[in-house]
Amino acid sequence: MNDTLLYGLTACALIGLGVFGLIANPAPLRKILAFNIAGSGVFLLAGAVARRGAAAGFGGDPVLQALLITGIVVAFSATALAVALVLRLNAVTGDVTLAEPPAEPTDDND
Amino acid sequence: MTTPSGWLLVAAVLLPFIGMMVGLVAGGRHAARVAALVIVAGLAIAFATARTVLDASQVYLLGGWAPPLGVALRADGLAAAMMVVVAAVIAGIGLYARRDFATPPGVTEARAPLAFWLLLLAVWGSLNLVFVSGDLFTLYVGLELLTFAGVPLVCLDGRGETLRAALRYLLFALLGSLLYLLGAVLIYGAYATLDIEMLAHLVQPGIVTWTVLALMTVGLLAKTALFPLHIWLPPAHAGAPAAASAVLSALVVKGSWFLVVRLWFDVMPAVVTFDAAQLLGGLGAAAIVFGSIVALRQKRLKLLVAYSTIAQIGYLFLMFPLAFDIATGAMLHGDALTGGLLQAASHATAKAGMFMAAGLIYAALGHDRIADLGGVARALPVTVLAFAVAGLALMGLVPSGAYLAKKLLLGAAASSEQWWWTAVLQGGAAFTAGYVVLVLTRALRSLPAPLQLATKVSRLSEFSALGLALLSLLLGVAAVVPAAGLPAGLISNPLAPKELLPTLLVVAGGFALAATLARRPLFGDGPWRRLMTAAGTGFENADALLRRWPTASLALIILAAAFGWLLHTGNPA
Amino acid sequence: MTLLFDAALVVVLLGLAAWVVLARNAFAAVAAFIAYGLLLTLAWLQLHGIDIALTEAAIGGGLTGALLIGAVIRLRTAPPAAPATSMTLALAAIAAATTTAVLAACVLALPDPAPTLAPLVADNIAVTGVENAITAVLLAFRSMDTLLEAIVLLFALVGAWSLGADSAWPGRPGFAQSAPPNGILAYLARILPPIGLVIGVYIFWTGADNPGGKFQGATILAAIWLLTMAAGLTDAPRVGSRWLRAALVAGPLGFIAVGVFGSYSAGAFLALPPEAAKPLILAIEIALMPTLTLILALLLPGPPQRTSS
Repeated sequence: MNDTLLYGLTACALIGLGVFGLIANPAPLRKILAFNIAGSGVFLLAGAVARRGAAAGFGGDPVLQALLITGIVVAFSATALAVALVLRLNAVTGDVTLAEPPAEPTDDND
Repeated sequence: MTTPSGWLLVAAVLLPFIGMMVGLVAGGRHAARVAALVIVAGLAIAFATARTVLDASQVYLLGGWAPPLGVALRADGLAAAMMVVVAAVIAGIGLYARRDFATPPGVTEARAPLAFWLLLLAVWGSLNLVFVSGDLFTLYVGLELLTFAGVPLVCLDGRGETLRAALRYLLFALLGSLLYLLGAVLIYGAYATLDIEMLAHLVQPGIVTWTVLALMTVGLLAKTALFPLHIWLPPAHAGAPAAASAVLSALVVKGSWFLVVRLWFDVMPAVVTFDAAQLLGGLGAAAIVFGSIVALRQKRLKLLVAYSTIAQIGYLFLMFPLAFDIATGAMLHGDALTGGLLQAASHATAKAGMFMAAGLIYAALGHDRIADLGGVARALPVTVLAFAVAGLALMGLVPSGAYLAKKLLLGAAASSEQWWWTAVLQGGAAFTAGYVVLVLTRALRSLPAPLQLATKVSRLSEFSALGLALLSLLLGVAAVVPAAGLPAGLISNPLAPKELLPTLLVVAGGFALAATLARRPLFGDGPWRRLMTAAGTGFENADALLRRWPTASLALIILAAAFGWLLHTGNPA
Repeated sequence: MTLLFDAALVVVLLGLAAWVVLARNAFAAVAAFIAYGLLLTLAWLQLHGIDIALTEAAIGGGLTGALLIGAVIRLRTAPPAAPATSMTLALAAIAAATTTAVLAACVLALPDPAPTLAPLVADNIAVTGVENAITAVLLAFRSMDTLLEAIVLLFALVGAWSLGADSAWPGRPGFAQSAPPNGILAYLARILPPIGLVIGVYIFWTGADNPGGKFQGATILAAIWLLTMAAGLTDAPRVGSRWLRAALVAGPLGFIAVGVFGSYSAGAFLALPPEAAKPLILAIEIALMPTLTLILALLLPGPPQRTSS
């Protein structure tokens, strides 16, 4: 096993952890955290793939490395927007839950 | 190589973005004016692009760098057609929203109007980017732009329930983008390019490409809200202001749908298998039945229209199994794809018109309870006409775009001997007829005294809703334009027995569904109605379960596994 | 030896990530996330991505961490969400394990030797005039992505602002800060800005030829500004302010202007004439720098909350 493969497989495990948190953790803020873990897993996978492509004197494929920087900034933007929404939801309703309030009683004559 | 008119593609993407930035600086009332100017110029660019694409596909190499190092913008007929549709719908929505999102007198700037006009332009530029980008990573950025522009539209009114809907939408969409980006990284690892045209020649079936196609497809389906991944759509589309609902329902979901089309037809046609295409079409068919039935069970008009969007999204995926060519084992550009494209165009125009009409009814009555729509047809004849025309267009009456699409898809089903899709295509129209009939019977009921309206609605808004609905109903006329390249004889006399009989059957089926499934009986009660109502309640409960976060996110992973498996088993590599 | 270091690093990273996902306490989870972000930069160094390590430390760890800490403090009083059922937990675990297994199989199946664009970059980098290959990709070969990325940030900011209360429009983001004037925060906020300014501008300036660049530099400047805001020495500008809005769009619009110049002088939008490539790249970076600093900083306090300072 070489170090690139080690990081590649670690990335897969990080993505799995993030997916678990996204499904199982009910609090929106924790979902945002899990999204960031899974996202960093995707970035680390890209880093490992870029490292495999080291050639021509570069320590990694610079194209994929550059895409990664863009990806990190996009993920930050997403996190910022999501956090702003969570905080605003909390300010307006005093509550942060994704579950819809229980439906009005079903009345077929309504 | 860059083609002579390739610069139009750069302009189509950047002009709305520049407009958005100028609008932000100008602020207040000027933002709406800037948007109006950009809409006029953007329409011209979209039509000019379509004109040049009729002669040849357009390409622009950004910075002069050719792929794989650089990024190319490309427009084929598919992209150009979508650009024109989006430009037309944006123009209609822009006219409609002039009254709703006018800065109130006495203030220099108000939050919601400023945000609406900026986000409208933002959505437009992002969609054009998704249509013309030739690079999977640039497409990722385009998808994120589209999401960031779409989400705030949901909660422009700032109420708690719409904020919650927006948060659900954003989080589920982010899960989708994560899977898409993961696919892009893996494909770079396998081929060291993200250029669509290069990948089309390089991609071979194998575990990496099966996984990539499964992940990317499911990620995009989450953003498109294809059943059973529609967790976020009903509250988001029903809670947003009408003009924003029209943007979200008619346009935003088409961006990720378009990308699924690109992936299956242009990036990885050789990886697709018969079984995987059947699954995608099957989800579409399930969406039609499920969305329509739950739509019929709604109490509020805007929710009914939102669930009808779920059904209509289903239609957009029926073309995938029909475009699969068993002989070559690949997806073919042909009548089925044209049919799917026409469906997208007719849905975009009709659904925008329908949401706008529903918004006007809500504004005029101060509520949108379906049971209490009586008298509205007399009070708002143009609005109800717009709703009716949009409904007829969605049902696929001659000469609507949906009619033409149905003809093309029926032909493809016959020639590829997939008779079961014939049943879906014919039966689906009856489901659409069901909720259109329900709303119209309620709205056409007369009251002893005329309705007292809460506010006077804007004529301009009414006529822009009607205009978009009519556009959808008349889209089928495209068949007689030789440049569209459609087979001859698609449009026939609507009163000929061959055409009239199916139409009558569809309407009768719609009446039967509306009578048995609606919350309040249309024509009295009976054992049939009790049976169907029980079934309808079952669908509602299933919907509530599917729209819980854990169910929806697990369904996402299960679907990815299913697609991966069907791509694998159908591809003995 | 180095593999041993990698193995240890990987174990700690996975442990911290598991902590982030599983911890009961949200504050503990965020704290673990920040530690995770900082350690991840070591992984980037091991993978020969110094530019990414800088970005990850600045944005992935630093700014995201600050954003989440602020959020977790504000949400202290929110009622906890109902915990997931054991059925959900079990199914989520199966889904996560399957995902990891399939992805690992894909990683093992990637072609060897790996396809790469590195030689193509090496052949063409001379034309761009810069020596840092990543800067060449970001501002020459794929400059459209960088332009779009600045627009992504702008969308996120406009989106966050649009969440504000109508009564606070067009007021100031965040809450008024009033740290004790002689406290440690105020002290730091007076001492650090000159140092941060120098480091931020240096990292930005060196980006053309060495690791670093506009994003990393802008993040440092943004952090300094946020520190002075937190100490009450400066206040967030009103969202209605004309100069603020002009500065927010100056970067992307300047970028587009350089792009249009390229279509006349070098034959394609965003093309750089070889003799002027490096000055034009610098011009783009200088135009983007203030915009990025402002957006990155203002994404933290979020929508306008108050009309007075």
